[in-house]
Amino acid sequence: MNTSAKRALIPLGIFLALAALLFYGLQLDPRKIPSPLVDKSAPEFSLPDLKDPNQTLTRDILIGQVSLVNVWASWCPSCRQEHAELMRIAREHGVRVIGFNWKDTRPEALAMLQRYGDPYALTLYDPDNKAGIDWGVYGAPETFIVDAEGIIRHKRVGPIDAQVWAEEIQPIVARYQGGKP
Amino acid sequence: MIRTQTQSLVAALTLAGALLTAAPAHAFTLEEFTFEDPARTQEFRDLTGELRCLVCQNESLAGSQAGVAQDLRKEVYRLMQEGKSRQEVIDFLVERYGDFVLYEPPLKPSTLVLWFGPFLFVGFGAYLLARTLQRKKAEPEQDLSEAERARLQQLLAKTGDQHD
Repeated sequence: MNTSAKRALIPLGIFLALAALLFYGLQLDPRKIPSPLVDKSAPEFSLPDLKDPNQTLTRDILIGQVSLVNVWASWCPSCRQEHAELMRIAREHGVRVIGFNWKDTRPEALAMLQRYGDPYALTLYDPDNKAGIDWGVYGAPETFIVDAEGIIRHKRVGPIDAQVWAEEIQPIVARYQGGKP
Repeated sequence: MIRTQTQSLVAALTLAGALLTAAPAHAFTLEEFTFEDPARTQEFRDLTGELRCLVCQNESLAGSQAGVAQDLRKEVYRLMQEGKSRQEVIDFLVERYGDFVLYEPPLKPSTLVLWFGPFLFVGFGAYLLARTLQRKKAEPEQDLSEAERARLQQLLAKTGDQHD
């Protein structure tokens, strides 16, 4: 191939490179914002228990074993969508799932758990987004993986399904579960 | 058939009209956030105008109607009433939500390309332009050869005929 033919291919090359870059850009979801809290200590909180208003739950409940902290609300359709998967995870995998009921009302939240089942070992009740801001929550569902020392190891934005569990969540949970004797 | 189409069109327009005129049940405004010092009120408005709402990312915290935006406006208001400075409020939010709350990303290693990439492109373009001009200067366009000159005359004569 002579030089001018090679030169003629340069625009095509630039076009292909640009197309690949933009195509990659299309795969990204701008709503998935990386959390600055990953690998940091889980924020302190003091919230009532959803089921027992007299009980106050604090960050101490996260210490001792790996937990999934699942932010949910009864008004959130995607939360209902992932509910069955959370039930399965809690039942079959023995992972402790902590509910973080967010910007909801107690009667509606309890009604949802009664209707679809309750995968949560404990449920924090945060109707006014008091602790939600400290956790950087900006939508539901969101799920944090918190290790036994209370350090946030991962944040998932959006619902969990079987594939997300197998590919994204379980490997991290297993890594931190394995770390403890 | 036409009749039903017209009917559904009318129905659709009526619905659209109703939706457009219906005011939201309760719209959030900035009116409720006032400070004794008008300068602080202005500072609050400027600051929320510069922070990005995470739910609707093309909206500022000041303009968004999302529930989370209202919570964050209240939080910014609370912090400012506690006497926190502009930078302290920004740090508070970045600590929790990341750089995404800022419209203007901070200068750090991961954003260097973002900040200086455009200048690289301009520099590269300037280099190409300079090089091309240099070449042009070094080897000026060749004059027409005798054969080309004759052919040109021929072509010009032909068009001239047509116009006559």
